[in-house]
Amino acid sequence: MQAFVRALMELKTVSRACRGHAWPVRENNSVRDFGRVMGTIVQFDNVGLRYGTGAETLTDVSFSLKEGGFYFLTGPSGAGKTSLLKLLYLSQRPSRGLIRLFGEDMVTLPRDRLPQFRRRIGVVFQDFRLIPHLSSFDNIALPLRVMGQSEKEVERSVTEMLGWVGLAERASARPATLSGGEQQRVAIARAVIARPDILVADEPTGNVDPDMAARLLHLFDGLNKLGTTLVIATHDLHLLTRIGNATMMRLEDGRLSDPTGLLRYPPRRDGVLA
Amino acid sequence: MISWLKPSVAERRLLPEGRSAGPMPWVIGIMMLLTTLAAAMGLAVGNASASLSNDIAGKLTIQVPEANQSTKNGQIRAILSEIRQVNAVVGVERVSDAQLAQLLDPWLGNVGADEDLPMPALIDVTLSRADATTILEITNLVTGIAPKARVDRHATWLSPLASLMTALKWLAFGLVLLMASATAATVILAVRAALNTHGETIAIMHLLGSSDNQIARLFQRRIALDAMLGCVAGFGVALAVMAVVGTRIGALGSDLLGGASLGLFGWLSILLLPVAGTALAAMIARLTVLRTLGKTL
Repeated sequence: MQAFVRALMELKTVSRACRGHAWPVRENNSVRDFGRVMGTIVQFDNVGLRYGTGAETLTDVSFSLKEGGFYFLTGPSGAGKTSLLKLLYLSQRPSRGLIRLFGEDMVTLPRDRLPQFRRRIGVVFQDFRLIPHLSSFDNIALPLRVMGQSEKEVERSVTEMLGWVGLAERASARPATLSGGEQQRVAIARAVIARPDILVADEPTGNVDPDMAARLLHLFDGLNKLGTTLVIATHDLHLLTRIGNATMMRLEDGRLSDPTGLLRYPPRRDGVLA
Repeated sequence: MISWLKPSVAERRLLPEGRSAGPMPWVIGIMMLLTTLAAAMGLAVGNASASLSNDIAGKLTIQVPEANQSTKNGQIRAILSEIRQVNAVVGVERVSDAQLAQLLDPWLGNVGADEDLPMPALIDVTLSRADATTILEITNLVTGIAPKARVDRHATWLSPLASLMTALKWLAFGLVLLMASATAATVILAVRAALNTHGETIAIMHLLGSSDNQIARLFQRRIALDAMLGCVAGFGVALAVMAVVGTRIGALGSDLLGGASLGLFGWLSILLLPVAGTALAAMIARLTVLRTLGKTL
């Protein structure tokens, strides 16, 4: 684990350089200067999402996420968790409301500027969305190649990541030949390899055994300790209890409940029920 | 250019279809063959038309239809003498009786040489400028000496042929444009099909932070390679066809077709066609990808 954290720290420097712009790295709890309000990396304000002419999938969703926070998103099936995550990883624009990521308004952001923000968000999809004709190695390497890293660096990072998720022997295997759990591990490795500022995961432990789930949770925790903000949608109540400082977000019928007030902007410091 | 066309192994794996797997290189090859032939025809006919126009623009023939031989000879001598004084005249030559008989031979047989058959005398005149004033001056001069004489401009006889050749030239260039449009349409269809095939890959790349330009570059490179393959093959076949047709035309020994050469400009234009075809395909591919991706988030 420590070796992996070390590797991530090294990756952090390289991937930032490859994003084509430098920003102050948060060290000693200082705050990155994105022109945003200190400490807030995500802000939703009265966000509504409607597909076509149907009813609203998300209604009046308002919350803010702290930089470096660990959040679990829960709720029954069909509550709108995946839709909320889509808004977070910039796959969808809201029908109304305001979304600010890294201090920038994502609703009015020009299309051509979206990639630079997407590179800072790692995503683990519920259905993995691995590219079927690429090997595990190439699937995991994709974010680094998109960022323009050298093949030497890509090989070093991906090999290390494959070893950590226990797929070193399956580097050249295509997704179709991998089990559900192996595919999930490849998807997670792809999401974290570029050391994103925000990691969004939709049921990331749904297809893995308890042992691997624990390892993945350690990975997420390690990333969080390095400053990555995590938003994990899950039904797994055990996960919720494994991370002590995590904040729970609950969606029901497209509305977000915030009983502790921690998701407010600015958040309540005491976490006392409103 | 070469490094741009040489994708990395990783990039090749991203869009896995083989380069010549689809029909596009074949279609582009056929388009290039037809385009090259049409362009060559257009340029050659254009050159022949220009050559013909130059040849006939300053040429006149004076016909002296006098039955009385001595009167005719007197009129011809006077015309030859007077007409040489005109400024614009650079050459005057009487068509000899032997040449005249040779010209009439296909229609009249050897009776054309019969002295009893009254034949008009012909005088070929070459002018440095064939404007209306000069033509009128010569006509007045000739009819003043021989009232029955007629002045014929070659341009009047051959202008329908020159017009036809000019029309053929523009038709050929129109065909080149049509072929280029058809090639562009083929590329658009191929790119759209490829975008559909690789839709999921593109969506994932987008979500991982790929820019439209990065994705467009992959398609552009692939289409350019397909197009280059097709263009080179089609152009090679077209050159072979042109060589055969050129040899056949040369064997005819025709003055009119002899002017149908390509010239330096023509050859340079023809040699640019495969390059232009490849560049057009790459550009259309890029624009199509960017336009299609522009409709997504």
